[in-house]
Amino acid sequence: MLNPQVMVVGAGPAGMSAALAAADCGVKVLLVDFFSEPGGQLVKQTHKFFGSRGEHAGVRGIEIARLLGEKVRTHLGVELLLDTQVLGYYPDGVLTMERTVDGESEYLKARPRRLVVCAGASEKPLAFPGNDLPGVYGAGAVQTLMNVHGVMPGRRAVMVGAGNIGLIISYQLRQARVEVAAVVEAAPVIGGYAVHASKIRRLGVPILTSHSVKEAHGERELEGVTVWRVDERWQGIPGSERHFEADVLCLAVGLSPLAELLWQAGCRMAYVPELGGHVPWHDEHQQTSVPGIFVAGDAAGVEEASSAMVTGRMAGLAAAASLGSCPHYRELAGEARAQLEALRAGPPGEKIRKGLARLEEVARRAG
Amino acid sequence: MRDDASAAGAVKAGGRGDTPAAGAVGAGPVTRQLRKTGLPAVEDLAQVMPPEEVRRRGPVAVFECFERIPCDPCCWSCQRGAVKPFGDINDLPEVDWERCNGCGLCVAACPGLAIFVVHEAYTDTTSLIKLPYEFLPLPEVGQLVGALDREGTRVGEARVVRVHKQREKMGTPVVWIEVERDLAHVVRNVTVAGGEQGE
Ligand SMILES: Cc1cc2nc3c(=O)[nH]c(=O)nc-3n(C[C@H](O)[C@H](O)[C@H](O)COP(=O)(O)OP(=O)(O)OC[C@H]3O[C@@H](n4cnc5c(N)ncnc54)[C@H](O)[C@@H]3O)c2cc1C
Ligand code: SF4
Ligand code: SF4
Repeated sequence: MLNPQVMVVGAGPAGMSAALAAADCGVKVLLVDFFSEPGGQLVKQTHKFFGSRGEHAGVRGIEIARLLGEKVRTHLGVELLLDTQVLGYYPDGVLTMERTVDGESEYLKARPRRLVVCAGASEKPLAFPGNDLPGVYGAGAVQTLMNVHGVMPGRRAVMVGAGNIGLIISYQLRQARVEVAAVVEAAPVIGGYAVHASKIRRLGVPILTSHSVKEAHGERELEGVTVWRVDERWQGIPGSERHFEADVLCLAVGLSPLAELLWQAGCRMAYVPELGGHVPWHDEHQQTSVPGIFVAGDAAGVEEASSAMVTGRMAGLAAAASLGSCPHYRELAGEARAQLEALRAGPPGEKIRKGLARLEEVARRAG
Repeated sequence: MRDDASAAGAVKAGGRGDTPAAGAVGAGPVTRQLRKTGLPAVEDLAQVMPPEEVRRRGPVAVFECFERIPCDPCCWSCQRGAVKPFGDINDLPEVDWERCNGCGLCVAACPGLAIFVVHEAYTDTTSLIKLPYEFLPLPEVGQLVGALDREGTRVGEARVVRVHKQREKMGTPVVWIEVERDLAHVVRNVTVAGGEQGE
């Protein structure tokens, strides 16, 4: 049985920041991730990031993963356990894990004094005829194939979703020499940043707003995609069909927080569409309704890597402070809070602000 | 219609509230066209166009960044203090034309690839454009490449004057191209034969 003072689940930007913040306070941290390298989503992000200078804006995601990864590997207060999936949380506060090395797996248990969950988010699916054909991928899978394994997913793609992820992955597909026939978006306007949209337009990629997938075609694998216009209620308009030949159909239609462990731990959850679905209620110290359990990053509400790093730091500091190990908590947490407010202040942050307000409201109503 | 000078003055936070689609769903008060298609409209571009006397004088940065987003590398990458300090990370870049010498440092730093340097009067008949380019192969100096507009449509030919790889790890390469003068504010990308974008 491992008995760390703080255990952090997930070594993405949130988890690494949480681990570093707690360890800097002198606390012993166990940082666990399912993958064989730290970084989370960042290991696939070859584009330069937005955000603030403190959170590495202008630096490519993969480079941020490397910078933070080096810090967690070398910090004496952090024990990094990779290739290890956290399976469950038990009522006595014990977490079970499966660690796989060279095909051999072993079971481990841990009872940490404080738990910080930074498990990130999972991709939302989309239902349409043919969505089970080989060649229909989630955007994350396409990105992993291209940017982690160096494999071209196909020759010609159709992208569904014009949020930042759909736009950025379309750009990366073009960089990998995959043609992008079109980006289709059911909403009447592009959800992602205009600069990202303009960037792919300059490459000759059309963006079709108020359009969605009608069906995917192919015998054994994807050969083409029919898209159509949709009305305000996202219903397809017969007669408006367009056909694209494609061997890749990439779905980038949103993420939902990965919060199973928090469900198991009995944390109060609330359904908040602005934050990606079911999210754990948490206070401004990132503490959930169960004392001693904290949440940060996309698991707390789907947002951005820049804010994931700050909420992670906040959770790490708060976990350390609750163990009496963070004498300057008020000052440090105040700085983090100000940074978060700045990141969420603009128009793109409106959704997050609304979501957080709704989370409070749900909690108030529940008493 | 605004005159050039006041258009430049409007390149700041809060200066855009009067653009046509102020009521648009989505992020900022940018035109409906931009929000729907990713292509800036004439009105969007008018807001960021440097005044004519500035453009005539020499190379100058044109910031095609129209929407308030949490992003500020342009501001701290400029060594000449030509991008006014951001009060809020969501501010729009506001350029001090007197200080900008068109060096292009901001072009390499901008994660939105939204900044271009334009030297309208490069020669009697041509203009020079410095643009961000993140594809392989990079073009070579002297090479003729396809000149593309904001929709990726080929509108002419460009001669590569310089290719500036960044010293800083993984910064965006900046390609300098010479185009016909009337294309100075039309061309925003290039296509390299045998390269990524195929002809
Ligand atoms: C294409 C794309 C482009 C993006 N561009 C930007 C951008 O420009 N700027 C920006 O700020 N953000 C961007 N983001 C968003 C950003 O990547 C995420 O918001 C950020 O990675 C969230 O961090 P996180 O630490 O919460 O989660 P993640 O990065 O998802 O990390 C979660 C980690 O938890 C691990 N994990 C999950 N469950 C378990 C378990 N049970 N046991 C063990 N380990 C587990 C996972 O393996 C993973 O490593 C982009 C995202 C995508 C997909
Ligand atoms: S071109 Fe150079 S001087 Fe002008 S704004 Fe950009 S970095 Fe500053
Ligand atoms: S760095 Fe580029 S995208 Fe970011 S604010 Fe400046 S001009 Fe806009």
